[in-house]
Amino acid sequence: MNAIAAIRPASTRHAIARGLLIVPALAFMALFLLLPLAVVFVEAFKQGIAAYWSSIVQPEAVAAIKLTLLVAAIAVPLNLVFGVAAAWVMARFEFRGKNLLGALIDLPFSVSPVIAGLIYVLLFGAQGWFGPWLDAHGLKIIFAVPGLVLATIFITLPFVARELIPLMQSQGSEEEEAARVLGANGLQMFFRVTLPNIRWALLYGVLLCNARAMGEFGAVSVVSGHIRGLTTTLPLEVEMRYNEYNYMGAFAVASLLALLALLTLVVKTILEWRFREELPAHTSVH
Amino acid sequence: MRKGILPGFGLGLGYVCAYLGLMVLLPLAALVWKAYGIGASELLQLLSSPRTFAALRLSFAGAFASALVNVVAGLLVGWVLVRYRFPGRRVLDAAVDLPFALPTAVAGIALTALYAPNGWIGQYLKPLGIQIAYTPLGVLVAMTFVGFPFVVRTLQPVLESLDHGVEEAAHTLGATRAQAFRRVILPTLTPALLTGFALALARAVGEYGSVIFIAGNIPMRSEIAPLLIVEKLEQFNYAGASAMAVVMLGFSLLLLLLLSLLQRRSARWQEAAA
Repeated sequence: MNAIAAIRPASTRHAIARGLLIVPALAFMALFLLLPLAVVFVEAFKQGIAAYWSSIVQPEAVAAIKLTLLVAAIAVPLNLVFGVAAAWVMARFEFRGKNLLGALIDLPFSVSPVIAGLIYVLLFGAQGWFGPWLDAHGLKIIFAVPGLVLATIFITLPFVARELIPLMQSQGSEEEEAARVLGANGLQMFFRVTLPNIRWALLYGVLLCNARAMGEFGAVSVVSGHIRGLTTTLPLEVEMRYNEYNYMGAFAVASLLALLALLTLVVKTILEWRFREELPAHTSVH
Repeated sequence: MRKGILPGFGLGLGYVCAYLGLMVLLPLAALVWKAYGIGASELLQLLSSPRTFAALRLSFAGAFASALVNVVAGLLVGWVLVRYRFPGRRVLDAAVDLPFALPTAVAGIALTALYAPNGWIGQYLKPLGIQIAYTPLGVLVAMTFVGFPFVVRTLQPVLESLDHGVEEAAHTLGATRAQAFRRVILPTLTPALLTGFALALARAVGEYGSVIFIAGNIPMRSEIAPLLIVEKLEQFNYAGASAMAVVMLGFSLLLLLLLSLLQRRSARWQEAAA
């Protein structure tokens, strides 16, 4: 239907209306989406490639890159396993409290990142519930790497589950039931039937989860304590350099994150074009 | 569903509940407990301090205004992306998700570089007497940026499934394009527009990273609620931070409830129409 509408011979009035809608829409997107992306790279390379390079190989930047990768490498797999388990339970079984469970899975998306950090401070901070106990045992969660990981897990918790639940619901359970009837055990059924059916949606969810995990700012900012070289991830390094009036350096580090965002968008778009049928029908909103 | 054929229900549900309990419910309980411990009268007192009140007002009013802007801009962009074919359309469609993908701190410093008085856009607005960065307008710009994809993405599937027959019938019966849009198309889009509005609002209310750089954070003027929470935490004022957080969390939960009611209603409505 849309294709027919699009190639319908257009009258002059059609063409004017078309122009009157397309031009402002393009202008808005250029002004609001493309310009911010462009300014990151222009500012990053303002003093030349050599200055850019030396800015991102400084020890604290390298430490921030390593920490960002480490936090994502812990948080993403944990939320991947959770997402698969949650989708299996939500899409394959009926039980009381299912709607409530679904709402709980989505809940972290509606909590402000700052509050996501605050709740862990209230649990594990010096004045928190477990603060004295942790202190007595020489353990540190807040203003240390475990706090960064916890806050990141909270923020990115729904991503994988959100992609898998609608897809598995629409696929139904016939193939899995057939595998069981034919004698497959639980693991065989999962690895030979379930996983192949959801692999692209799983990759899609992991991609979005990872982008958010590496780019999260507010929640990790609250629990980090901003100890340079120890608890600053890439987004926090951007903030610290910016607040020190090292604008070029801030944009240089920001350009790494912008590249990650672009890469994420490209892979996401390729997945959407190539595997449309194997992704959930909704366009992702989060 | 036949019981017993598919394995893993007990294990899966147990694991999911334990994980959610530890990662989500326990920390949120700590916040509610902390706020409960403060007591109602002192809670009110904490919230009614002029600076706290101004920050909450800016976050809520700014988020509301940005969601309104996004309804209009999102309708326009969604409509153009679905209805028209032009070179570069697919790239633009992918670019709609940029605010989701771009880390908020990066968006924050980029928007500031654009809208600061000496910035790419700011330098042309300055002679006109308009300043965006370091004013409440800057807050609005950043909130609009992060909320933009929500309206477009909730609208697109509805626009794609729109029945051209109904529209053509309206034309055949003598309706002008404007009448057909207002009377036939817009009512069909209303549930999606409301959903997109609520999602953009929820995101903008709690937004932190992209706002704090462009806002200038002047107390009573351009200081948002999440930033004030962070400041109170840095001064170890846990009670003040928790009081503000509980109000914001309550608002988010209310919005979430309204959203699920809206989606249930619009699903019923679509079933009735089909």
